[in-house]
Amino acid sequence: MALLEVENLHVSVEDEDIEILKGVDLTINEGEVHAIMGPNGSGKSTLAAVLAGREEYVVTEGSIRYKGEDLLELEVEERAEEGVFLAFQYPVELPGVSMTNFLREAVNSVREARGEEELGAADFLKLVRERAKLVDLDPDLVKRSVNQGFSGGEKKRNEIFQLAMLEPTLAVLDETDSGLDIDALRTVSDGVNKLRSDERAFLLITHYQRLLDYIEPDYVHVMVNGRIAESGDKDLAIRLEEEGYERFQREPAAA
Amino acid sequence: MSTTTLDTSAQTIDRFVSAFQVNHGQALNGTNASVAKRREAAIQRFQELGVPTRKQEAWKYTDIASVLDRPYTLPLGPEEADVSAADLDPYLIDDLDAHVLVLVNGRPDLSLSQLDAMPEDVTVGSLKDAGDHPAFEAHYGEYADAEDEVLTALNTAFVQDGAFIHVPEDVELEQPILLLHVNAAQDDLLMQPRHLFVVEADAKARVIGRQLSLTGARTFTNTVTEMFVGERGYLDHYVIQEEDDNASQVLSRFGYHEGDSVLSTDTFTFSGEVVRNNMTLTPDGPNCETNLYGLVIGHGSMHVDNNTLVDHVHADCVSNELYKHVLNDQSTAVFNGKVFVHRDSQRIDAYQSNDSLVLNNDAQIYTKPELEIYADDVKCSHGTTTGQLDEEAVYAMRTRGIDEATARALLTLAFAGEVLEQVTLDAISERVELAVAGKLPERFNLTGLVETASALNA
Repeated sequence: MALLEVENLHVSVEDEDIEILKGVDLTINEGEVHAIMGPNGSGKSTLAAVLAGREEYVVTEGSIRYKGEDLLELEVEERAEEGVFLAFQYPVELPGVSMTNFLREAVNSVREARGEEELGAADFLKLVRERAKLVDLDPDLVKRSVNQGFSGGEKKRNEIFQLAMLEPTLAVLDETDSGLDIDALRTVSDGVNKLRSDERAFLLITHYQRLLDYIEPDYVHVMVNGRIAESGDKDLAIRLEEEGYERFQREPAAA
Repeated sequence: MSTTTLDTSAQTIDRFVSAFQVNHGQALNGTNASVAKRREAAIQRFQELGVPTRKQEAWKYTDIASVLDRPYTLPLGPEEADVSAADLDPYLIDDLDAHVLVLVNGRPDLSLSQLDAMPEDVTVGSLKDAGDHPAFEAHYGEYADAEDEVLTALNTAFVQDGAFIHVPEDVELEQPILLLHVNAAQDDLLMQPRHLFVVEADAKARVIGRQLSLTGARTFTNTVTEMFVGERGYLDHYVIQEEDDNASQVLSRFGYHEGDSVLSTDTFTFSGEVVRNNMTLTPDGPNCETNLYGLVIGHGSMHVDNNTLVDHVHADCVSNELYKHVLNDQSTAVFNGKVFVHRDSQRIDAYQSNDSLVLNNDAQIYTKPELEIYADDVKCSHGTTTGQLDEEAVYAMRTRGIDEATARALLTLAFAGEVLEQVTLDAISERVELAVAGKLPERFNLTGLVETASALNA
C-alpha cells in the first residue's frame, strides 16, 4: 500500500468558479522523496494546501488516500496527528504565542495521537535543543514568540525545526528554498537529509533545481496548468533547468 | 448588628437619604468633625446630583440606576461575618509572599489578616482606626470628587471603614500588600468601602486588591479608593476583580502623585455582573510616570465599563494607558479613556491604546478615546482596534496538531499578553494568566500549559 495516493484530483477555490487542479495523479511510498516543479500558478502550492487541509479549497472530483484512509475526511489537526506536515512557503507569525507553548502543545498532541506519553518539561527541553541543532537554529529563539522578529531564513529553518520536532510520516515542503541564501539553503537541506528515513516520505515543491542538488529526490514531477505533465528521476529536474517550462506550456499536457 | 433595609417603596434617592438620617452618627469617625462635615455635604450633593441615568454621557452604556434600585440591606456596623481562615486559604495567591489584609464585606478583619511581618513604621489596617493619623488628616477626602461624582458622594456620605495604608518617607516595602476583599453576605447587601493609600516621598509600595465572593448573595459594592504618592515615590496598584456573577460594583479610584513619582494601576476584570471602574489619576509635578493597564475577560452577560481620566495638570510628565478586552458570549465592555492636557502642561507624552477581541457575534464593545489638549508642545497618541482572531494563525497552529479550541485559546492568551507583561510580580502575572486561561471558552484547561511555560522560563 502506498503512503499517499492522489487520484484524478480536481480542486477549485471556494466561492469562485476557478479550477486550479485539473486531475492530479500522484503516488508516494514510504521513504521516498518526490519533487514537484512547475511554473508560477501551475497549482503546486494548492496541492500542498489541500494535503494539509486548507478550508478554502474545494475538492470537486477525485480522491486522496493516506495510509489507505480518505485523507479528505480528516480535520486539519487530525492530519497533523496522523503524520502529515506542511512546511509553509510563508510561515505565519504568532505574536505573543511563545515557541515553548506552541511546540509543547503541538508535540504532545501528536504524541498523544501516536499513543505515546506526554513529554515532561526536561525531556521536552532536551528534544528542543537536539532538534534545533539539526537546522542550526539558535535555541534561544524558543523563548520568543513564534516567528516574530525572525529573519526570513530563521522562519524557514523554524519550519524544518518543527518538522524535526513532530516527526511526520509525510512532509510537504512548500518552496522552503525560496528566499534562502546559499548557506541557509545548505543548512536547511542538511537538516532535511538528516531527517530522511525509510518511513518518512517528502514532497518538495520548488521552482529551482538548485534545492535538488542538496536534497536528491527519487522522483521529479512537472506540474503545469493543474496537472502533472511529466514524471521522471532527478535528471528531469536538470533538463527543466536547461529547457524551462515552455515546452509543456506550448503543448498542453496530454495527462 | 445594625442594619437598615432600604425602603424600596421610596425613590432610590429618598431611600438613601432617609437611611442617612436614621443612622446619622454611625459612620466612620462619627465624632470627627471634618469627616462629619464631609458626610453632610456629600449627602447633600448626592441628593442634588441624583442617580446617573443613561442620558448622561459618562453613563450612556451602563445602566447603574437599575443596579442601585434593588432591595439591598445597608449594614451600618460591623457584622458577625461567618468567615474562617480556612475559607480564605484557597484565595491567597500561591507563591506570593505578601502582607495580607482581609476585608469582609468591605471591612478589615484583623483576626483573619497576616500583618506580623509588617515593618513597624508602616501602617496597614482599618480606616476607622486611622482618624488620628496625620496622613488621614492630610489626605482623606482630598482627592475623591464627592462634588461631581454621585457615587463618590454616596460613598462619602456613608463612609464607615476600609483599608488604610501608610508608607512613611524613605521606606521601600519589599513585600507587596494583598488586600483580600471578600463578599460573605447572607442577604442582598450594599457595601461602601473606603480606602486610603498614602505613600510618602521616596517610599515604595505595591498593593494588590483581589475581590471575591464567598456566598451567592446579590451584592453591590460602591468603593472609593484614594491614593497619594509623594515626590520620588512609587505605588503599583493591582486590582483583580473576580466577584460572582451576581455581584455588581462601582470602583472609583482617585490617584494624586507628586513630582518624579510613579503611579501604576493594573485592573483585571474576570467576573462580576455590572462592573464600573472610574479612575482619575492626577500627576501633579514634573517627571511623573502614570500607568494605566487593564484587561477585561468578558463572558456570560457581564458588563464592564472602564472610565478613565489622566489629568495632566503639570508639565513634563509621561502617561501610558493600555486596556484590552476579550469578549465572549453576550458580554459587553465599555472603554472611555480621557487624557486631559492643561494649557501650561507642556512636554507631555501621553499614550493610550485600547484593543478588543470580540469572539462572539453577541458580544459588544463601546470604545471612546478622548484627548483634550490645550498645550502646544505635547506628544499624545491613541489607538483603538477591534477585531477577531487571525484565522491564518489558527490554521497554522492546527497544521501542527493543535486542536482548534486550544489554538484559539493560545492566541487569545497571546492577545492579553501585552497587558500581562506589564505585571512586575511573577506570582500575580501567573495567577492572572491562569485566570485568563480559565475564562477562555470551550477548552478551558490551559492550566498545565501556563505552569509548564513558567517552569521552562524560570
